[in-house]
Amino acid sequence: MPHSPEPNAGVEELLARVAGGDHDAFSGVYDALAGTVMGLACRILRDNAQAEEVTQDVMIEVWRTAGRYDPDRGTAKGWVLTLAHRRAVDRVRAAQASADREQRTGLLGPDRDFDEVAELVEERDEQRRVYRCLATLARQQRVPLVLAYYRGLTYVEVADALSTPEGTVKSRMRAGLRQLRACLEDET
Amino acid sequence: MTTEQEPHLAIGAYVLHALPPAEEAAFENHLAGCDQCLREVADLLETAAQLGSQDTAPVTPQARDRALRAVARTRQDQVRRLPARWGRRALRLALAASVAAAVAFGGIAVWQHGEADDARAEAARAEQRSGWDDSEYTDVLTAPDATLHTGKLGDGTTASVVVSRSRESAVFAARGLPALTGGKVYELWYAAEAGDPRPAGLLPGDAKLDARVLEGSPDDAVAVGITVEPAGGSPRPTTEPLGVISIEA
Repeated sequence: MPHSPEPNAGVEELLARVAGGDHDAFSGVYDALAGTVMGLACRILRDNAQAEEVTQDVMIEVWRTAGRYDPDRGTAKGWVLTLAHRRAVDRVRAAQASADREQRTGLLGPDRDFDEVAELVEERDEQRRVYRCLATLARQQRVPLVLAYYRGLTYVEVADALSTPEGTVKSRMRAGLRQLRACLEDET
Repeated sequence: MTTEQEPHLAIGAYVLHALPPAEEAAFENHLAGCDQCLREVADLLETAAQLGSQDTAPVTPQARDRALRAVARTRQDQVRRLPARWGRRALRLALAASVAAAVAFGGIAVWQHGEADDARAEAARAEQRSGWDDSEYTDVLTAPDATLHTGKLGDGTTASVVVSRSRESAVFAARGLPALTGGKVYELWYAAEAGDPRPAGLLPGDAKLDARVLEGSPDDAVAVGITVEPAGGSPRPTTEPLGVISIEA
């Protein structure tokens, strides 16, 4: 399995020691990754206090479940960020009563431009490979990825917001991720 | 109404955590038996994680202290690696059990992190909470031909039916059915293309138990319906169905 991107030297080893109950190693993992977890949580939750709670929960989950991390499946950073993403998205969803959620997808109504990535690429750091690669995706693949990953919408909600059939959204999500992966590998 | 017929198509949405809970659980069940999917999921999770590694935000020293203190008094999960020989089967079994738990209770089983132990723990919790004997469920859910069908009832409740034709059995699960008054009950029905619906069992109207193995075999049924009936149930539906879930393959 090709798992080339950004080998976070040392974190894999630290995580293996955490699995064995090593508290010092946990501090090391915390210092290496808590800031990134917090960054992602802020991005998704748009609320500092909630992001802090999610970060706390994620890091405790890392401690509790470190034994499940399997280096053959991916990087330690990838594993931790997957936990973080799931928790942050679950929190966003829980925080929204169903009525709110309808409003939320409504807010993203057909008139709105979803293509915040285009802005990101221009306004932010052009050096960032991931955004550069995102920008190479066709808009119809990029937008579902962004709405799901950064906004926590389900594919059903994305389909609704974009007035696109659900099956189409599902296959675009997969195609988009695959293309993103190919681009990231090329740039390495 | 959604029927998960092409599980591979859901890989992208799964990786983005963008499947609704019942579909996520069904997909994880599929994953347990699909090596090719496992590889693709691992690769794409790594790609998706890069979307999440672009920003950092400061963590206060107080937050760090809180985390370290919390960890000092938190026990770690014991991870038992399953013996390789029967690992796949055990995993499949455990994940299948988690489908029932996830569908019935809205819990979310996470393949990448949870694996078999979590799924089992979740199923055990569900069992404890509801007092079911799980064996009939697992029998249906672990059948190689088990299919999950979900649909919305009239009041917006999500309901699911897992059908195994080879086991001649089906499981119904719904979350948050409204409590009924006056001793009324929910009754489930098998509906075929022709003929009257066949009674497939009752659910109490007090919404305490909202999942069960259906009575009888699905046979030629193409859908499962649910109605509100007087105490004791009826031989034929006496009210308009709250919902009808297609169970066609």
